[in-house]
Amino acid sequence: MGFSLAHVDFAYQKRPVFNDLSLVMEPGRFYGLIGPNGCGKTTLLDLLCGLRQPDRGSIRFRGRDLRAFSKKELARQVALVPQDFFINFPFSAEEVVMMGRYPRLPRFAAPSAFDRKFVKRIMSDTDTVNFHDRMVTALSGGERQRVVFARALAQDTPVLVLDEATSNLDIAHSLALLDLAARGVYDAGKTVIASFQDINLAAAFCSHLVLMQPGRIVAQGPTDKILTAERIERVFGVAAKVYFDAYANARQVVFKAPRHKIQEAEPSKEY
Amino acid sequence: MQTGFRNALSTGVQMALLAVVLAATVIASTAMGYIQVPLSDVPRILAARLLGRPELTAGMRQIFPAVVFDVRLPRILSAAIVGGGLAVSGAAFQGILLNPLADPYTLGVSAGAAFGASLAIVLNIHLLGLHSVPLFAFSGAVLTLLLVVFLASDAEGLSSNNLILAGIIVAAILSAGISFLKYVADEQVAVIIFWLMGSFGSKTWSDVGLTALWVAAGYGILVFYARDLNLLSLGSRAASSLGVNMRRTPLLLLVTASLIAAVCVSISGIIGFVGLLVPHMMRNLTGPDNRRLMPACLLAGAILLLWADTVIRALLPHEIPIGVLTALIGGPFFCLIFRRQQSGRRGF
Repeated sequence: MGFSLAHVDFAYQKRPVFNDLSLVMEPGRFYGLIGPNGCGKTTLLDLLCGLRQPDRGSIRFRGRDLRAFSKKELARQVALVPQDFFINFPFSAEEVVMMGRYPRLPRFAAPSAFDRKFVKRIMSDTDTVNFHDRMVTALSGGERQRVVFARALAQDTPVLVLDEATSNLDIAHSLALLDLAARGVYDAGKTVIASFQDINLAAAFCSHLVLMQPGRIVAQGPTDKILTAERIERVFGVAAKVYFDAYANARQVVFKAPRHKIQEAEPSKEY
Repeated sequence: MQTGFRNALSTGVQMALLAVVLAATVIASTAMGYIQVPLSDVPRILAARLLGRPELTAGMRQIFPAVVFDVRLPRILSAAIVGGGLAVSGAAFQGILLNPLADPYTLGVSAGAAFGASLAIVLNIHLLGLHSVPLFAFSGAVLTLLLVVFLASDAEGLSSNNLILAGIIVAAILSAGISFLKYVADEQVAVIIFWLMGSFGSKTWSDVGLTALWVAAGYGILVFYARDLNLLSLGSRAASSLGVNMRRTPLLLLVTASLIAAVCVSISGIIGFVGLLVPHMMRNLTGPDNRRLMPACLLAGAILLLWADTVIRALLPHEIPIGVLTALIGGPFFCLIFRRQQSGRRGF
């Protein structure tokens, strides 16, 4: 059993976000959360990570109420790559990735040889190893996001939660990091729950999609069944075409180009 | 910027060096003063008192043991403990509030202490004898802290922006209150001003014991949670997902750091810049990992404030308030460090 949410209500102060939300997520799957800005993707991820408590209803993880888990226990089960990846003090990249091992280390223990090796491997997998001793405050946004991603992988948890974790990355690094996450799902039976802005990236990696509109879930299920032009139009209010793309080996979405696009007959240049 | 230079010396060696410098500073400072005590006599006097063997002081001037043990050491040790306390408290505040400009007084602890002390002086309260002013200062600091935390907390817990804002508001109100107290204080105004600017004059062994106890307890808590303090710098969501209890831990650290500052202020008056400057200097040495930063701050804060107090006590022709000296020297020095860090941060 992975996560099961039953009749969950949640509100910020007086502003309700979810009303009677129910959802089941099985382990060994790559879930993608898709929906317009402000529809509650981050709030849902926060609820799954135990960062916020539902006002009503229950969230169970592995058959146990999420509130019954201690913070430390949960940190060994669920890792989060947050949207905000600002780091306030000049830790080195390696120190930040090593923080992912904290939940497994006693409070005053130094990292073991195994921890060091593990962190080193994660850093070479995430292409962060060549700036391992640079200050995170001096890295570019994309580099820092990779360090934060690596930190969550170093936590080595059965569940990985990604909150738009590739928003600042170039396409090569986006593909590489999502591929790392996917390998954990398909090779090791881990669970990934990720929110996306880029529907095609989600379609390429996720086995299952959850389509959201403000405050509710519109549809959920295997990506091939869920991703249709009608649903995209209903959720985002834009016309789209959905088709299976053999090159991507996944369903893909295309949108109509704007009518007023300027097209000048200028020769392109290669450098 | 590379961080490799931090590892030039291992943490253990760094701490050992700082500890040796601190011990040497205590001994040198004990020898210095209006009555010059030969450096070699200081360890003998200490050994004589601590081991209970008065024969060790034979042959030196009779007044030396009293000068060293009853007058100088209480002052020197309280300066060192307060310096260490303010520095670790500052490091903790910077870590909790995610703001490198935070210091032990950011939440209005100093304004609260100053108001409490001024009140005791103006109302001429001697209920508790010599301890009246420190006790009022401490109560003022604690009440201010409670008020600021109450103002800043909302359903989401404590946000650093809210805390800083609430601290500024409350401090502004209290400083108006202090101005009023000074206005009505008549001839007592000089006493208030002198207290506000800080001094280690006429400290006793009971002051040393009291501050040592509080600072040690607070330091223990800060070191215990040093790893969580590291995680806070990743932001509250990441810290929480790595096992930090965001409802309890920041509040506990905040109260601990504030209580350390409150005790220091009530013993010595308001001494600025130690809590800001020392963590900045030490971060260059140890890096931002609070497990190394905290011990370095404790030792370096003690060294720094002890030297400042020794300059005032033994080198200057007239004693000036220590808060004035730390601000006059610490301020420009901080500008220098700040400027250097800015120009070292290329590409921003």
